[in-house]
Amino acid sequence: MKILVCISKTPDTTSKIAFKDNNTRFDEAGVQWIINPYDEWYSLVRAIELKEKEAATVIHLITVGTADAEPIIRKALALGGDEAIRVNADSSDSYFIASQIAAIAKQGNYDLVFTGKETIDYNSSSVGAMVAELLDQPYISLATKFELNGTTATVTREIEGGEEVNEVNLPVVISTQKGMAEQRIPNMRGIMAARTKPLKVVEPVAVENLTNIVNFELPPAKAGVKLVAADNVAELVRLLHEEAKAI
Amino acid sequence: MSVLIFIDQADGQIKKSAHEVLSYGAAVAKQLNTTAEALVLGTVSDDLSTLGKYGVSKVHHATNDVFNHIDAQLFTKVIAEVAVNNNASVIVYSQNHTGKAIAGRLSAKLKAGLVSGAVALPDTSNGFVVKKSVFSAKAYANVSVNSAIKIITVNPNSFSVVTGNGVAEVNTINITDANPSVKVTAVNKVSGEISLTEAEIVVSGGRGLKGPENWGIVEDLAKTLHAATACSRPVADTNWRPHHEHVGQTGIQIAPNLYIAIGISGAIQHLAGVNRSKVIVVINKDPEAPFFKAADYGIVGDAFEVVPQLTAEIKKLKGIA
Repeated sequence: MKILVCISKTPDTTSKIAFKDNNTRFDEAGVQWIINPYDEWYSLVRAIELKEKEAATVIHLITVGTADAEPIIRKALALGGDEAIRVNADSSDSYFIASQIAAIAKQGNYDLVFTGKETIDYNSSSVGAMVAELLDQPYISLATKFELNGTTATVTREIEGGEEVNEVNLPVVISTQKGMAEQRIPNMRGIMAARTKPLKVVEPVAVENLTNIVNFELPPAKAGVKLVAADNVAELVRLLHEEAKAI
Repeated sequence: MSVLIFIDQADGQIKKSAHEVLSYGAAVAKQLNTTAEALVLGTVSDDLSTLGKYGVSKVHHATNDVFNHIDAQLFTKVIAEVAVNNNASVIVYSQNHTGKAIAGRLSAKLKAGLVSGAVALPDTSNGFVVKKSVFSAKAYANVSVNSAIKIITVNPNSFSVVTGNGVAEVNTINITDANPSVKVTAVNKVSGEISLTEAEIVVSGGRGLKGPENWGIVEDLAKTLHAATACSRPVADTNWRPHHEHVGQTGIQIAPNLYIAIGISGAIQHLAGVNRSKVIVVINKDPEAPFFKAADYGIVGDAFEVVPQLTAEIKKLKGIA
């Protein structure tokens, strides 16, 4: 069993979001970088659990990013995984990123590709679906449970208004979310081992960007809260009805 | 050239998010001086010609039963065929569970640039630029699409439904080679609850409610307002409430007309999931709770006293005894 886990570098969830260069670039000053939580907590940990059950399982990590993504991929290797691949490129275009992942996935003949359900920076939820299409494999999105039985997987996924259980033959691409696994903290042994695990750097395949970001905007600031006294709830209802027209 | 709108159906019903994307797609078509057409897959009980009132001139409908389950690979094959046959230059989806499952695939298949989570109509004055939500709703990005075919997924509750008097022509299409890529062995629908992402009003509870046994006041208020219920992450993590109710950066991101937060302090991760709500009401006994800074209206007070009063006052307003 060979698993490819997609890892993305994202700003920490508490980061203040600001832009520079006339709002064309994200301002990285003071930003803490983390592994995209869905990639870490669900994709990676579930892959590690599968390896713990079946020791012959091989886990490769992939990230598409410049050298400053390396601390993140080392941290991921500290949690688990056998080796990592960094595609040396910088892009915000999902299709470009998916094409890089698909190129590596094709060479590696993976049985499974795991992606988080979205990254918390661009929130597109699109790379997994694109990789599946480029590999001509089935795609199961927003998965909350994943069990393997030989070369068949049983996957629970969220659909509009409920959930569905799917059976699928490998190879398959899965996007993961809450329910898949529980967050783990890397231990000292893992951190030491991660230092010597292979981290291959490969150059990107030539792909055009189908989209590019022109600029960013911040949402308009709130006018400020209108406080209503706790013993005057009727006034809040009046405001919501007459002023906000929300009820 | 045309605009093709993919319409989501569940159990034979056309969903509210579909009315939004129909209105959105029709507006894009008007902007580009072309026609809007819709595509529906699977068996539906609704009369599809009525979708004309949202501004589409034609509805393509493939009726095979196999389409009653969303199969990403199969759906993409069919949607691509219909898009190419009808010379679609823009394809529109809802950024809901279904859109997330299939829009990316179509983008890769057609080499069509995708903007997911759009919150406004495209700006076509100089190219094709769409505003989308990024950084978990803490910011927006204006994204330029450089390919001939463009795909947009529209964030739920970010575009108003517009209706007119149109009647659409229904074009039944026959798909002969429809083999699913996955086998569906069970479906569990959450019945009776209002879907969180589609709800106009959401009532949400946090740790301030002290325990799952106290959720009655949240549910009573939600029921009175025909609202969906939600919760903060610590509440879902301690299993006071089911995970699918968790709103926030790592949970569901919502944009209702009204969000009422009860006993939630308003951590930045929680705000990221709700700050696209039009009106935010915060009820918290701690006047220093950061949520008040992001709120439109607030009451500093004990939820166990304030919330039942609020429910009673709303009942009065609505004339419910």
